[in-house]
Amino acid sequence: MKLSGSQIIIECLKKEGVEFIFGYPGGAVLHIYDALFGDKKIKHILTRHEQGATHAADGYARACGKPGVVLVTSGPGITNCVTGLATAHMDSVPMIIISGQVSREYVGSDAFQEADATGITRPVTKHNFLVDSRESIAEVFKKAFIIATTGRPGPVLIDIPKDLTDPKVKINFEHPKKVKLRSYKAPISESKSKIDEAAKLLASAKKPMVYAGGGVILGNAHKELAALVKNIGYPITNTLMGLGCYPATDNQFLGMLGMHGTYEANMAMHDCDVLLAVGARFDDRVTGDTSKFCPSAKIIHIDVDPSSISKIIEVDLSLVGETSKILRDLNKAVKPYLKNINKSALKRWWTQIDKWRTKKCLSYKKSKTIIKPQSVIETLYEITKGDAYVTSDVGQHQMWAAQYYKFDKPNRWINSGGLGTMGFGLPAAMGAQLAYPKSEVICVTGEASILMCIQELATCLQYRLPIKIITLNNRYMGMVRQWQEFFYEGRYAMSYMEAIPDFVQLASSFGHIGIKIEKPSELKSKLQEAMNLKDRLVFVDIITDQEENVYPMIKSGQAHNEMHLSPTGKDTELA
Amino acid sequence: MDEKRHIISILVENEFGSLSRIAGLFSARGYNIHCLNVAPTNDESISRMTLVTFCNDQKIKQLAKQLDKLIDVVNVKDLTEETHIEREMLLLKLKCNKNQRDEIKRLTDIFRARIIDVTDTTYTIELTGATEKILAFIESMGKIKIIEMVRSGTLGISRGIDSLENIK
Repeated sequence: MKLSGSQIIIECLKKEGVEFIFGYPGGAVLHIYDALFGDKKIKHILTRHEQGATHAADGYARACGKPGVVLVTSGPGITNCVTGLATAHMDSVPMIIISGQVSREYVGSDAFQEADATGITRPVTKHNFLVDSRESIAEVFKKAFIIATTGRPGPVLIDIPKDLTDPKVKINFEHPKKVKLRSYKAPISESKSKIDEAAKLLASAKKPMVYAGGGVILGNAHKELAALVKNIGYPITNTLMGLGCYPATDNQFLGMLGMHGTYEANMAMHDCDVLLAVGARFDDRVTGDTSKFCPSAKIIHIDVDPSSISKIIEVDLSLVGETSKILRDLNKAVKPYLKNINKSALKRWWTQIDKWRTKKCLSYKKSKTIIKPQSVIETLYEITKGDAYVTSDVGQHQMWAAQYYKFDKPNRWINSGGLGTMGFGLPAAMGAQLAYPKSEVICVTGEASILMCIQELATCLQYRLPIKIITLNNRYMGMVRQWQEFFYEGRYAMSYMEAIPDFVQLASSFGHIGIKIEKPSELKSKLQEAMNLKDRLVFVDIITDQEENVYPMIKSGQAHNEMHLSPTGKDTELA
Repeated sequence: MDEKRHIISILVENEFGSLSRIAGLFSARGYNIHCLNVAPTNDESISRMTLVTFCNDQKIKQLAKQLDKLIDVVNVKDLTEETHIEREMLLLKLKCNKNQRDEIKRLTDIFRARIIDVTDTTYTIELTGATEKILAFIESMGKIKIIEMVRSGTLGISRGIDSLENIK
């Protein structure tokens, strides 16, 4: 078969089962766009900004597990993708970014819309390629998909000069069945003896704790995790990225841990004697002060990425490999040791945990006059029966969504945990909605975050994406203001949002429906009304309590048992 | 923890951008590069880098893992973990008047260096050896004016039959 470079690209994408491309055309990719014109198999989603395209592809990948594909032009096209790439890279999301480059003869000459795409994106991609010949296109695409989707996933960029996509030049095309990747290491598998050692250590615990993160979701290991946790009867906490990898409504679940984690999860972390970490990377928002992290615990760490082991916290036993396989093996290996578990110690541990639970650390002061942001998420959870895909932006609303929406299934909670990218929520929701057109997709956001990618409302209209945007509008960059209240004596430098648009009118000017909610009494009925508009995007602007803070909170440099549960100060009560 | 000198040998795909990936990793993660040498190997698809860095034990383990994670890196080894040989080459251009010539020649012989270029006013000397020897030679020049100094950076190879190339 004789094909042009552009046609080869499209063929390669089809062979990989790509159904959507998120992108924005421009000079250097016009040949590719022409080859894509009228294609029946691949649907191109035209976003209104390249950043939107990367977040949308990212949201798609996080929701359905398949790699998200982005197509952008050279120069500003690719530089606009940098934030989206860094976001995906930090959270290990599989993505393929195809960027046009100026023709080879102009590379390096400061040509119009030229940027060193591979140079700029090197630190924010798992790998990147600059294609140097027509003959290598198919091989590069095959390699890119393998690299993006295996091991610890991540975004891979393919930069392709315009002359290589010229429709007039055709070459023989054969899709490579195999490619040589000698320097790319497949995850190793751990020896039986090491897994056995871990099983023995796990069963020896008197105060065990399981700490599971986003790696469980990325590695599709939630079933294996639940099987093991149920089998051993230990308490479990999730990181922000791991929410949904273990059912939040299960009694063994202690909630999220870390800076804004629950009292019971953080206290149990501090006091545990054996910690099983699965697909988590000991992020600073999780550990607090590392020198006071789990001071009396032996730590077992399961991860697909060897460089995650002992990166922040020195662990006692590491199991590197596919999370699902290791959990399965560990569950088998632990069976003969189950009888060794000190039942009465475990019972005492659970009694202690239940005592911590009575703190009801997520309770908040209800109000009849002003809408409490926490109550919005609780109501949303109630209306959607906990089964929606929820994306978020970054800030207080993100933490409240994580705390109050109880995720029972993986891939339902989609947020920029690592990079903390404001503007992520709306485009990510577009990706999730395209992956699951019949499901409810909600973007929980704030009045500051939503403005960072507001242009994507036009994309939502073009493709009739019935997302529900829930804006917790407190007229502040809430998390910035909270930090300024705590650490800068209430000097709210630049965190007050003046000149906020009328979101109802804004939504309607984009062809959507806007609803404003101001009274607690109408919260439920109006939210329900919004959710009932099944085939429309509804922008719900909710005026919330301006100075509400996110609790619990561990301030930087403090330990898990030094949480603040209220404005009055620390709660270090140890049982 | 104490910082120690490590010689890291890296086999990389002889591809566009490999060097900048490695250099970028060092700057992004805050590791230092004391010296660096890159050249092709007998397998033309592979280049070998030898890099000297100072770090503590915890950091060096993490560094090796991060290097290994780069897609272009075929193999990584810390040569200082086992018996190895290291060499460096020095090219030194000295300004010398008639009175200094004999002294320089004598020092060159003592260090088993070679004079490889001579003009009316200069000597250029080549010396190969471990870094300590190179440093000792430079120090022995005393007040003699150094016009230009070029060092290859450390090269290293393990003793015995071990090879970085057959571990992959």
